[in-house]
Amino acid sequence: MQNKSNAKAPLLLFWGAALCACIAAIPLVYLAIRIGGAGVSEIVSILTRMRTWETVGISVGLAVVVVTASVLISYPTALLLTRTQLPLRRFWFTTAALPLAIPSYVAAYAWVALIPGMNGFWAAALVLTAVSYPYVLLPLLVSLRSADIGLEQVARSLGEKSTAAFFATTFRQSIPAAAAGSLLVALYVLSDFGAVALLRVDAFTRVIYTSYRASFDRSNAAVLAGMLVILAVILISLERKARGRSLRFRADKGVALITVPKPLTPTYSVLSSLWFIAIAVISLGIPIISLLVRLSQGSRRPLDWAELMNAVVNTAWISALGAVIAVLLALPIAALAANFRRKSTSTIESISYSGLALPGIVIGLSLVYLSMNSVPFLYQSFVLLAVAYAVLFLPKSLGASRSSLEAVPPALGQVAQTLGYSPLRAWLSTSGRISLQGIAAGGLLVMLTAMKELPATLMLRPTGFDTLATELWSRTELAAFGAAAPYALALIVLAAIPSFALSRGFLTSEKETMVSA
Amino acid sequence: MSPLRRVPRPSFSRKCTRAQLGALAAVALLLPVLAACAGDSGSNASANTDSTDSTDSTETGDLVVYSGRSEELVGPLFAEFTKATGITISARYGDSAELAAQMLEEGDKSPAQVYFSQDAGALGAVEELLSTLPESVTSLVADQYRAVSNTWTGVTGRARVIAYDAQNVPADQVPQSVFELTDEKWRGQVAIAPTNASFQSFVTAMRMTQGDEVTREWLTDLVNNDVRSYEKNGLILDAVDSGQVQLGLVNHYYWYEKAAEVGEENMRAQISFMAPQDPGSLVNVAGAGILKGAAENPEAIEFVQWLLSPSTQEWFVTNTYEYPLIAGIASAPKLPALDTLAGPDIKLSQLADLPGTLVMLQDVGLL
Repeated sequence: MQNKSNAKAPLLLFWGAALCACIAAIPLVYLAIRIGGAGVSEIVSILTRMRTWETVGISVGLAVVVVTASVLISYPTALLLTRTQLPLRRFWFTTAALPLAIPSYVAAYAWVALIPGMNGFWAAALVLTAVSYPYVLLPLLVSLRSADIGLEQVARSLGEKSTAAFFATTFRQSIPAAAAGSLLVALYVLSDFGAVALLRVDAFTRVIYTSYRASFDRSNAAVLAGMLVILAVILISLERKARGRSLRFRADKGVALITVPKPLTPTYSVLSSLWFIAIAVISLGIPIISLLVRLSQGSRRPLDWAELMNAVVNTAWISALGAVIAVLLALPIAALAANFRRKSTSTIESISYSGLALPGIVIGLSLVYLSMNSVPFLYQSFVLLAVAYAVLFLPKSLGASRSSLEAVPPALGQVAQTLGYSPLRAWLSTSGRISLQGIAAGGLLVMLTAMKELPATLMLRPTGFDTLATELWSRTELAAFGAAAPYALALIVLAAIPSFALSRGFLTSEKETMVSA
Repeated sequence: MSPLRRVPRPSFSRKCTRAQLGALAAVALLLPVLAACAGDSGSNASANTDSTDSTDSTETGDLVVYSGRSEELVGPLFAEFTKATGITISARYGDSAELAAQMLEEGDKSPAQVYFSQDAGALGAVEELLSTLPESVTSLVADQYRAVSNTWTGVTGRARVIAYDAQNVPADQVPQSVFELTDEKWRGQVAIAPTNASFQSFVTAMRMTQGDEVTREWLTDLVNNDVRSYEKNGLILDAVDSGQVQLGLVNHYYWYEKAAEVGEENMRAQISFMAPQDPGSLVNVAGAGILKGAAENPEAIEFVQWLLSPSTQEWFVTNTYEYPLIAGIASAPKLPALDTLAGPDIKLSQLADLPGTLVMLQDVGLL
């Protein structure tokens, strides 16, 4: 069965998307240059070293475990949030996205402080799941909410049990969202350095960091990073396969039937509340409590409020700017990928994703090299830092935008065009408007991640420009964890604001739907 | 599924063909070329701005320092320099090794004028970018604490020590040599930081004084003795301080920093210096060099001289507990004198064979 239009994309859209993808591929260009600098024998010796493959195996294993755990957590959570009148539902919504605000190294540090001696593969799997499962949960929430449950009712009317009806209809429609989220989680795990380093897992990124930090052998490190890109390409094609099986159906013409949350029996209310509490304790409670303990232990360095506020303001605006640029760059690619499936369009999409598996140091150095050689007057400026965030995290916004655009029947846009709208205006007033929430969710993800980003920020920020992440880093470098705690907490609080805003938007629009229904 | 209706797709009539795919690939391939072209013109442009910058900087006095030492630590020190000389500093802070990698990528266009690093290895890595320091600087520091090429000089010294869990290990039982660490008695009880520059420098020093054979055997024995690997010196100290391991190899000042943070009386971990000449008693340095573009810049030279002035050296003694490297300044109370440490008999420039050490660490499975 055919799932995507074989129609050709409008030329302008195609080339716009291609240009945006090229911008996202900047780190790959750098890698190609550096790999070119490595000798063949050097490359062969890296690839035949047993140790290389051992560490690759560990990284892949970690990615598989964390993705599986994230999906298993996200489905029940998303269903409870979208379909039931769970007690404190609004509150749980806000906390659902919050773990993303906690940098993996902060979470890992908190766990180690709580359970001294905690380390290894499973410890890293736990910490990484706790900080990254919302990558799956968020797109899933948007997808489940906008799914036409009329289909499920049709299936039930044909004699299916409710669970079977769900799996046959809504679940299948949610696969693209879950797959896009899983891809982000997998790429995040592959590129993570903070948590695996603190929990002493011999992951592949450690080998790459060691090459840069200790031997300054940039070619060697580039070959290793190139292997990560290949892994990323494999993951991207897996995701595309998962997406290919999903279908987009509507029950009938007219308005789609949107989920109306149902009340829960008291037993289920308690059980599902326990579920949410357990997740919140693991993903948020422990890091925050650990930070508060550190804070209460005090520090010989008194907290400078002006310095803290300055970092808060800087972090807020630079990450917001980065998010806006990322969304603008991702939209043409998302629109193309959502509606036109051809080899060329999927190439464009893959290119824009592949940099996400790269650890921060590789991306940071690639932007140093390329900006120095192409736009030296922008080097270490605000503009370049914001563009760097956009390049780094464009894929995060891409997944969310694409899956929500996919849920919009393209027929709407066609109707608008037959009524005399230009293609762009037709798109803006139909797909663009309907999927605004998904697009905004993508922007939020970029903003949250940009707030935590460290290696590229350190290299590209204007001299003297301090963000919460750099201030946090500067204090943890000195083992001044007491002095670092206020910055870590401020980072979490700051990141809570956009996620709270998003949740509120979600709930408000839901009320409107209920009223109009 | 008969009641279901597939949503019709739009059909646009524009062409999107194999030709477009090819064109796309061409654009992707051309990008580096374009970048390189832009790079050529960019280098001229930046060479111009560089020269204007340096004239500007004599007027505005903005000295660009890439600092591998953190702002928390040296920020106040830099402010002192400005107060004393009227020269303002524009400092970029980062990890020493990552800043070195960044300068290598920036190449001769680097905005950096002075590089202030946490360790000798990172300075060695960027030697090609550094200018020869004037006699007025190099004469201040003994030759074992600066580059043979005189492109960088040590500013402060840091000794390798062994941290031990004082609740379980009596002071007189603490190993006096790294060779004791492979003893069965310490199985699973020794912590090291194999990815850390200071540990790697120590291994290099061991290779230089004891030979590769002995070092490789020692590392293998250490691995077989269930040595525990940590990411950083600070984490090793935390592990010893909470009793997770009995012994850990760290730099001496970590203990003093932690003690200042949590209070000396709350420290369960204590430190001990190894026997003279033992590879475990290596003294490494944090140091500085001037980049080629600023070779003649009097402010850069003044800054490095100032780092080696008696008052600045005193400042390091009181604030970081590191060893002063110029004559006539006493080290922090309770620290054994630098010349009594008598570390392994090598020059810090000999630590340049880091790649050889890395291969060895990879071979024995520590990296």
